[in-house]
Amino acid sequence: MKLLITHIRKDYDGKPVLKDCSYAFGGSGAYVLMGPNGCGKSTLLRICSLLERPDGGDLLFQDNDAPLVQDIALRRRMTLVLPRTGVFNTSVFSNVAYGLKVRDTRPAELEQKVLSALAFVGLDYKKRHNALTLSSGETQRLGIARALAIDPQILFLDEPTASVDEENTAIIETIIGNLKKDGRTMVIMTTHDRDQAARLADQLLVIERGALRETTR
Amino acid sequence: MDSFLQGFIKAFELIFHLDQTLFGIIVLSLKVSGSALVISTAIGLPAGALLGLKRFPGRDLAISSVNTLMGLPPVVVGLFVYLLLSRKGPLGFMGLLYSPTAMIVAQTILALPIVTALCHSAIVNVDPIIRQAARTLGATRRQETLTVIHEARYGIFSAVIAAFGRVMAEVGSILIVGGNIAGYTRVMTTTIALETDKGNFELALALGIILLTISFVINAALHGVQKRGSVKTS
Repeated sequence: MKLLITHIRKDYDGKPVLKDCSYAFGGSGAYVLMGPNGCGKSTLLRICSLLERPDGGDLLFQDNDAPLVQDIALRRRMTLVLPRTGVFNTSVFSNVAYGLKVRDTRPAELEQKVLSALAFVGLDYKKRHNALTLSSGETQRLGIARALAIDPQILFLDEPTASVDEENTAIIETIIGNLKKDGRTMVIMTTHDRDQAARLADQLLVIERGALRETTR
Repeated sequence: MDSFLQGFIKAFELIFHLDQTLFGIIVLSLKVSGSALVISTAIGLPAGALLGLKRFPGRDLAISSVNTLMGLPPVVVGLFVYLLLSRKGPLGFMGLLYSPTAMIVAQTILALPIVTALCHSAIVNVDPIIRQAARTLGATRRQETLTVIHEARYGIFSAVIAAFGRVMAEVGSILIVGGNIAGYTRVMTTTIALETDKGNFELALALGIILLTISFVINAALHGVQKRGSVKTS
């Protein structure tokens, strides 16, 4: 699935955050968005993941060059991992199962996908724990597992390592690296860590003065 | 002090012998308060969810009103229901005055604002990030709403416990609309009031002890369920 954005504009309280963002996200690999705090990285991610509407411009999702209707079915082919995970007060297993449950996935398939996602992020041994007891790094990994369980074609990650320790940062970077190798999911993420961006990005992007452009560093 | 001791002895005697009249009074108390609780939860939970999740004109006024009604004096409710159901009242033709149904109506009116206000409070206190997380994971609007209500479940449970405490301990309204008729509308609290008036303190105290014990057992069971939701830190 490809995503084309053209002339995306977004204002907050009359103040323009995104002025003119256009780009074609190809369908695979990792795109890393950089830029100073408040430049609109998260806003762009929320718009691209259909969580927010832009004030102007267009989003076009394409499958084999055919445009896709922006409905719940399309929304279910992608997901955004928020900087603050939004943990449900239930077990780690049930948290990861959530996206599958809302899709009415059969129990056997659900269990297999949840366990596989938990193993992918290294949290399978905590599946019975209440998710609220996890550390911040583990919580972030839980958010990624929750996203991976639904097998998204586009995975948006908003500052996935902003509030986690070095050990968990390394684990999360490995997870993203493995996703890239897997090749089934296009990753679009934000970070303010230049080194991390360089390590993970197939394409580096930067938002400057409300506009999106490619960069090499 | 002697009365207290006698009360305890009498209570154990009554419980031990499982007095039929007493048993009937206890069953009716639970039936009336239980029914009122079920009805008020069936109405109050959706109403609280509506107040917590939807924005509409007059919402703030509705929230303030519900909060105010939490402190409704039972005798005022009793009077209101009495006027409604009395022979000359608008619903007098139903012939419900001095019946357990009238008592259920009165207790439902008392419990409803508590359930509604506390459910609203529980739902409104759910972190907005929960709804966003649900949406990012592919939930429909309806599924998002149900997820928020599910996250508020322990607060909702507290609302039901609080309402239960209110109706089980209540005497003013059911005395007015039930009439305290022996074997028909006589419940634990009205019997306590009657026996105290008669100077029969031992029996009144015994009933008080039984009422407290029943309340304790039910609350302990509800608390047990609620505790299952508390976070394990193992």
